[in-house]
Amino acid sequence: MINSNEIIDDIANKEYEFGFSTDIEMDIAPPGLNEDIIRFISAKKNEPEWLLEWRLKGFAAFKKMEFPKWQHFEMPALDLQALSYYAAPRKKKQLASLDEVDPELLATFEKLGIPLNEQKALTGVAVDAVFDSVSVATTFKGKLKEMGVIFCSFGEAVQEHPDLVKKYLGSVVPHTDNIFAALNAAVFSDGSFVYIPKGVRCPMELSTYFRINAQNTGQFERTLIIADDNSYVSYLEGCTAPMRDENQLHAAVVELIAMEQAEIKYSTVQNWYPGDKDGKGGIYNFVTKRGICKGAASKISWTQVETGSAITWKYPSVILQGDHSEGEFYSVAVVRNKQIADTGTKIHHIGKNTKSRIISKGISAGRGDNSYRGLVAVGPRADNARNFTQCDSLLIGNQCGSHTFPYIESRNKSAMIEHEATTSKIGEDQIFYLNQRGIDSEKAVALIVNGYVKEVLNQLPMEFAVEAQKLLSITLEGSVG
Amino acid sequence: MLTIKNLHAEVEGKKILKGINLEINKGEMHAIMGPNGSGKSSLASVLAGRDNYTVTEGEVWFNGKNLLDMAPEDRAREGVFLAFQYPVEIPGVSNLNFLKTALNEIRAYKGLPALEAREFLKLTKEKQQLVDFHSNLMNRSLNEGFSGGEKKRNEIFQLAMLDPQLAILDETDSGLDIDALRIVSSGVNKLRDAEKSFVVITHYQRLLEYIIPDFVHVLYNGRIIKTGTKELALELEERGYDWLKEELHLKESV
Repeated sequence: MINSNEIIDDIANKEYEFGFSTDIEMDIAPPGLNEDIIRFISAKKNEPEWLLEWRLKGFAAFKKMEFPKWQHFEMPALDLQALSYYAAPRKKKQLASLDEVDPELLATFEKLGIPLNEQKALTGVAVDAVFDSVSVATTFKGKLKEMGVIFCSFGEAVQEHPDLVKKYLGSVVPHTDNIFAALNAAVFSDGSFVYIPKGVRCPMELSTYFRINAQNTGQFERTLIIADDNSYVSYLEGCTAPMRDENQLHAAVVELIAMEQAEIKYSTVQNWYPGDKDGKGGIYNFVTKRGICKGAASKISWTQVETGSAITWKYPSVILQGDHSEGEFYSVAVVRNKQIADTGTKIHHIGKNTKSRIISKGISAGRGDNSYRGLVAVGPRADNARNFTQCDSLLIGNQCGSHTFPYIESRNKSAMIEHEATTSKIGEDQIFYLNQRGIDSEKAVALIVNGYVKEVLNQLPMEFAVEAQKLLSITLEGSVG
Repeated sequence: MLTIKNLHAEVEGKKILKGINLEINKGEMHAIMGPNGSGKSSLASVLAGRDNYTVTEGEVWFNGKNLLDMAPEDRAREGVFLAFQYPVEIPGVSNLNFLKTALNEIRAYKGLPALEAREFLKLTKEKQQLVDFHSNLMNRSLNEGFSGGEKKRNEIFQLAMLDPQLAILDETDSGLDIDALRIVSSGVNKLRDAEKSFVVITHYQRLLEYIIPDFVHVLYNGRIIKTGTKELALELEERGYDWLKEELHLKESV
C-alpha cells in the first residue's frame, strides 16, 4: 500500500528537471569589481558619458553600503570580487532574423518549451530574448514600431532613445536605493526598454525570457517601462536556468512608470535553479522591482509565480502618487528542499483615493522556508486610501516553515486597511479522497495546489497561466506538462 | 465480483476486523448494519485502501484480482467506489474540474481517450438530472461550504458520474433529513442495475425502507455474526442488537 507521506516527501524533494547548460562561446570579462571593469562595460556598450558617470555614482554608493540584516534567513557569503561582470555570446554576424540565431541557442529555448519561432507564428507574443547579457533576437518590432511602441534591449534604447532613458533611469529605483540596486547601477549589462506612447494600447503581450547561462557571471539586468498617458501594456518575464554547483547572484532592477490613466501589468514566472535537495548551488534572486503610478487614475499590477532560486528575496512595490491610482500585487511563491523565499510587496499610498490589493499565496514543501513580508504605508495626504491584503500559506509535509510579517503604517485617519491571513496543510484525508476517485497522489497534490493558487494564476495572460501551471506541476508533482 | 475471505485488519495496533467473510455478486444490494464501533466503517476503509489500516490476515478478490495489492487509486479505477461518511472539502478545486480529472484518469487506466468537453458536459447534465443534483453546486469548490446533505448528494452524483461496479455507501444516511434521504435513496435506486453491486453501511433500518437490500449482514466486534434478508433489518429495528449479542455469547460458550 502506498504511503501518502512518502509520496509527499518524494515530491517535496524532487531534483530540478531543467538542469542543462548550453555550450556557446562566451566573451567574458575577468573576475573582479572595480572602476576599470565599469569603464570596460560602458565602453563595450558604446555608452554616452552621462551613463558612465551614473554607473560610477552607483559604484560609489555601493562601496559605502553593507548587506541588510533584517531578512528572515542567513545571508550567504557572497564574494562579489570573484564574479565576472560582463559576458556576451560571440556574434558570428549581424542578425537580421531568427533564422540567423545560433541554432544551439534556439535548441536551448526548445528544451525550455519556449520555441521562439512557434511563438512568433502562433501566439502573437513579441519576444526579446536575453541570453546572458546581450539581446540576440527581437521580434515583432515592425508591427510595434507602426504604433510608436518602443520595445528593445536596454543597450539599444541607450543608443536610439537616450533622452527617454536619461529622463527615467533611476527615477523609481535610484542608484542609492539599496546595495543590490547600487551594484546593478554600476554594472548592469543589458535588459529591456519599453515605451508606450500616449493613448496607445499595446496590441500584444511583451515578453522577455531571461536565462542565466555563463558560469560565475552575476546577472544584472535592468528593465525600464514607461506607459505614457492613457496607454496600456502587459509585460511578461519568464526565466529558467541550467544546473550549476556555484551559486549565482541575480540582482536585477525593474522600474515601471505609469502616467495619467495608464496601466502596466507586469507578470513574472521564475524557475531558476533552486539548488539540490541539500540546498547546494542554486540562484540568489535579489531583485529590486518598483513601479510608480505617477499620473492620476493610473494602475500598476505585479503578478509573480516564484518556484525557483535557492533564495528569492524581493518586494515588487508600487508608489501610488497620482490621485485615484491603483496598485496590485498577486504572488505565488513555492519553496521545497532547502529553498528560501522572503518576498512580498510595499505599497505607498500618497495620492488621494488610492487603492491597493495584495494577494499572496505561499506554498512550503520539504525543508523550504517561506516568508511573506509586506508594507502598506498611507501618507498624510492620502485621504480615503483603501487596502486589502490576503496572505495565505499552504504547507506540504511537516519540515517546512512559513512566516508572515505584515507592516502597516497609517498617517491618515480616513484610511481603511484590511489584512486577512490563513494557514492550511494538504491533508492525508484530502489526498485519500482524491485517490479514491482514481486520482494518484502526485496529481492530487497538483490539483489541490492549482486550486489554491487559482486566484493568482487567473491574473496571468492565458499562455503564461498555462506555463505557470506547468511549472507548479514540475515543481510539486514531478511530471512535465 | 467481490470475495472477502477471513479478513483481519488493525489500526494503530488495535484489532478492528477479526475474520470477515463476504461474497458479493453482480447486481446485488448488501446492507451492513451493526452497533457503533463494530467495524462497519473500518471495513469500507480497508476495501478502499486507507493507509492507516493494516491488513494482517485474509484476502480480498475483486473480479479475480487481488484488491489488497492495489494502490487506492487503482482500486478506484478498477471500479470500487466509496461514498464517504465525511466527504472532505477541497478549496479552489471546482467540482467540475475534479470530476473531469477523476473520470479521465479512470478512462486512461482502461485505455480510453479523455472525454471531450462537450461529451463531458452532456454526461454531467444527464447524471445531474438523474440524481437530482443542483447545477449551482457544480462550479463551486469541491464540497466547500456545502451543507451535510449537499455533501452526501455530491457523493451520489460522483457515483453516477464515475459509474463504478461496486459502490460502498458509508453511512450515507447519517445527518440527512427525511427529504434528503428520499432524494439520495432514489438516486441510488436509479443507479441500480444488473451489473452494479452495492454495499450500504447504515445504523438505521430507515434507509432500507427506501433502498431494499437483497441481503442484510450484522457486523459485531469485527465479524459478521448474522446474515439475512430485509426482514432481519426490521427485526433489528424492533429488538435492537442485544439479542444477537446474547445469541453469539451462547454459541461461543457452548
